[in-house]
Amino acid sequence: MTDNKNDLIEYLLRLADNAMINGQRLCEWCGHAPALEEEMALMNVALDLVGQARNWYEYAAELLADGRDADRLAFTRDERDFRNTLLVEQPNGDYAVTTAKLFLFDAWHLHTLQALTASKDERIAAIAAKGVKEATYHLRRSGEWVERLGDGTEESRQRMLAAIDELWRFTGDLLAGDAIQQRLAEAGIAADAAAVAAAWQATVEQVFGATNLPVPQPSSYFYLDGKKGLHTEHLGILLAEMQFLQRAYPGATW
Amino acid sequence: MSNASELDALFGGSPVAGMGNSDRSAGLIASDGGARVADESDLPRAWQVLEQVMDPEVPVVSVVDLGIIREVSWADGHLQVAVTPTYSGCPATELIETEVSRALERAGFRAPRLERRLAPAWTTDWISEQGRERLRVYGIAPPAGSTSKRSLLGEKDEICCPHCGSHETEVVSQFGSTACKALYRCRSCLEPFDYFKCI
Ligand SMILES: [Zn+2]
Repeated sequence: MTDNKNDLIEYLLRLADNAMINGQRLCEWCGHAPALEEEMALMNVALDLVGQARNWYEYAAELLADGRDADRLAFTRDERDFRNTLLVEQPNGDYAVTTAKLFLFDAWHLHTLQALTASKDERIAAIAAKGVKEATYHLRRSGEWVERLGDGTEESRQRMLAAIDELWRFTGDLLAGDAIQQRLAEAGIAADAAAVAAAWQATVEQVFGATNLPVPQPSSYFYLDGKKGLHTEHLGILLAEMQFLQRAYPGATW
Repeated sequence: MSNASELDALFGGSPVAGMGNSDRSAGLIASDGGARVADESDLPRAWQVLEQVMDPEVPVVSVVDLGIIREVSWADGHLQVAVTPTYSGCPATELIETEVSRALERAGFRAPRLERRLAPAWTTDWISEQGRERLRVYGIAPPAGSTSKRSLLGEKDEICCPHCGSHETEVVSQFGSTACKALYRCRSCLEPFDYFKCI
C-alpha cells in the first residue's frame, strides 16, 4: 500500500505539472496574441489548466501530508522535481508552434482524462470528469487551428509543417509509460499508456489527414525524460519567472 | 471579515481569541442584520436566500438557477451547503462561496459550512428553465441541447440569436469573455452575442 501511495503521488504530480506548466507557458501570450479572440481563447484554456493543476496538486498534497499545500508544490519545487512532459515546457515560438504544441498535448490530455474518468480512485475520477469537458473544447479548438493553418496559405502551411517537425521529437516522451504508471494502470487507477498512445495516434491522423499534413514516424528514444525530472533547458527559465514571487517573498499572500 | 473583528472589539471580546472564529463573527453579523438565528426548520428559507445570490459574472442568474448548489442540509446545528464549481479554473468560485456565506449569515444562518463538491461534474443541463430564459433576456444565448449527445470533434449546434431569434448564426470563437461562454455572431441582425457553452 505504501508503494501504491508513492506511485500515486508521483502520478498525480505528473498530471498536475503537465497542466501547470502548459498553462503557465500559454499565459505568455497574454497581451501578445495575434487577435483578441485568440488571446481570450488562450487565456481561457490556460485558466482551465491551472484550475485542473490545483485540483491535482491538492490531492497530491493531502497524500504527501508533509505540510506543503498546492501552492507550495507549484511554487517551491525545483526543476528536477517537476514531472511534466518535455513538450509543454517548450517555448511558444510562432503561432503555428503554439498551435501544434497545444494540439499534440490536447489529444493526449483528452484521451488520458477520458480513461481516468473510469479510475477506481474516486477523487481522480471526479477531477478527470470535470477536466474532460474542458479538454474536449481545448482539443476542438487546437484541432481546428491545425487544419486552418495546414490548408490556409502557402506560408501558414509551411509554418505548420515546420512546427510539427520541431515538436515531433518530444511526442515519444509524451506517450511513453513507465513502471509506475503500469502498476497503477493494472490496479485500475491510472490510464494505460499504450491505449492512450493508440487513441492519440488516431486523433492525430484524423486531424492531420484532413489537410494532408504528413504524420511523421513514431518518435523513439530521446535523451531526456520529463517523468524523471530530466528536462530541456527551457523549464528552468520558465520556473524562474513563475516562482519568483514565492522565492523572493516566501509565503506572500494577497 | 474586518467588520466582524471590529464588532468583536465593540462587544468587549478578546480581539485575538475572536479573530478567525467564523462561528462567532457570523453570529454577530447575523444579529447586526436583525435576523433571528435560524434552525433546522429554516431549510426551505435557505433555498430562498440562495435564489437571491447572483452569479458574479452573469448577474441575472442565481446560483440556484445555475445549478451549482448541489445540496442544502442541516447537521450539528449548522447549515451545510454543497457547491460545485462550473469550470476547474473558474476565478469566480471563491467569490461565489463568499457571497453564499454572507447571504446566509445575513439571513440568520450562523456559520454555514460550505463544501466544494467536484463529483458529479457540473453540466449546463442543470441550468433551470428560468435561468435559461433569464440568460436569453440578458443577451446570452442559453446552452443548446443536451451534453449527453456530444461528439469529440466539431459538432454543429443550432444556436439562436438572443436578439432577433434567427438561426442564422456563426461561431466567432469557442472561447468568450469567460470560460463558460463562446463568442457568436448573428448573420440576420449582424449583432455579436455570447453563447453559454454546453458542457
Ligand atoms: Zn440576430
